[in-house]
Amino acid sequence: MGKRTIVPFGPQHPALPEPIHLDLELDGEKVVRAVPSLGFIHRGLEKLVEKNDYNAMNYIMERVCGICSFGHSWGYSGAVEGLMGIEVPERAQYLRTIYLELSRMHSHLLWLGLLADGMGFESLFMNCWRIREQILDIFEATTGGRVILSFTKVGGQHRDISDETLKKIADKVTTLRPELKRICDVFIDDESVKNRMCGVGKVSTDEAVELGAVGPTARGSGVNNDVRCTGVGKYEELGFAPILEKDGDCYSRCKVRVKEVFQSIDIICAAVAKIQAGPVSVPVKGPAPEGEYVMRIEQPRGDAFYYVVGNGTKYLDRARVRTPTDANIPMIVKVLQGCDLNDVSMIVLTIDPCVSCTER
Amino acid sequence: MIHSYKEQHITALTPDAIESKADEMKKAGYRIEQICARSKDGVTTLLYSFDKDFDLQNFRVTVPQNMTAPSISKYYWAAFIYENEVHDLFGVTFTGLVLDYKGNFFKLEKPTPWKTEPKTAEGGE
Repeated sequence: MGKRTIVPFGPQHPALPEPIHLDLELDGEKVVRAVPSLGFIHRGLEKLVEKNDYNAMNYIMERVCGICSFGHSWGYSGAVEGLMGIEVPERAQYLRTIYLELSRMHSHLLWLGLLADGMGFESLFMNCWRIREQILDIFEATTGGRVILSFTKVGGQHRDISDETLKKIADKVTTLRPELKRICDVFIDDESVKNRMCGVGKVSTDEAVELGAVGPTARGSGVNNDVRCTGVGKYEELGFAPILEKDGDCYSRCKVRVKEVFQSIDIICAAVAKIQAGPVSVPVKGPAPEGEYVMRIEQPRGDAFYYVVGNGTKYLDRARVRTPTDANIPMIVKVLQGCDLNDVSMIVLTIDPCVSCTER
Repeated sequence: MIHSYKEQHITALTPDAIESKADEMKKAGYRIEQICARSKDGVTTLLYSFDKDFDLQNFRVTVPQNMTAPSISKYYWAAFIYENEVHDLFGVTFTGLVLDYKGNFFKLEKPTPWKTEPKTAEGGE
């Protein structure tokens, strides 16, 4: 046994988009143990529910994370709507579905860019983010914000998006397809990319279930836990089926995200074709929320769990978010054991940690 | 059978039933979804959630005044992440935790208000 050393990975590291710290205990070049620690961007957002009424809390929830912002807004609003027995109109559900898929596209493109950058593939990184900019332009043109949209509220959406604008959105994402194909083919077919990812960070189906992994991280190991199958939004009507890969390595997880980008385009176009005229919100009246409710949304990184507790006043007792990265940290800890030091950044990146979400 | 996201299964449990429930859920093939805590008026409550094929089962437990609860990490290894977080943010001590970071998982400069508020005698739900 060689001499053991402890190498700090993060909170500042070129491979990490956000600050998370891992103490890597090494035996030579092999990782023996990875010890995570959090807290660099903990903002105590959940505690703010005691001082902000349930409508204002929506604005705080969507600021949990800039990448997953729309999903947090929907998840929290959905939980409060469930608590209050509010049925959101059909048109609002379609709009939520469309914008969550746009959010998924921009998140996956951001991640693909970071993955390319992590491999030293600078031009691929820039191309991914250039395409992502066009999604952010859609957000800005329709909601006023590139990242924090403030589009969802308890009871529906703040404003309607005209059918003409929705058609333009569908046309725009459709025109992205050839560019996306050209870029994604590099991730799937390039030999140097495959050398870095194939066979690295392998997790079997049973291990992924045991570790409680969620999202593309789990679907890369063949686990179907995509919450879009539970009737949330309009996914059922749009014929949604989750994308699964079997190999469980970094390459598999990458393939799931690549395919989900194209699937999101299909879902957006199908939703725009099916959406009908109607109201986009209902008035929120009646008694203040009371009781408890659990809601789940399939964020780009996996299933996000929202738990709200009301006490009959306009201030909730609790608004808890269990984000997908929270659920995937055990997998990071387990998979890093026994891997080479130079594979650490690849493994951590393909799990796609969003630390802002995790720490709240 | 696909369960709807609207189904709500939240059941109250006593603290001494946590381990046996975790064992039961594990044997039935459920995975750990999450563990969280809430603190109000000096009473801390835990919510355990398990999922199998989108059937989400939640169990609510009131933590005794001594702020200890048995860890379920021997049944669900991944529960260590939630139990360490609840310990660091709410001050609940989980006995038998397989991977205990001893307060160094969620490193904050100051303890959270949830951790510092005085605890009252065990309340009911």
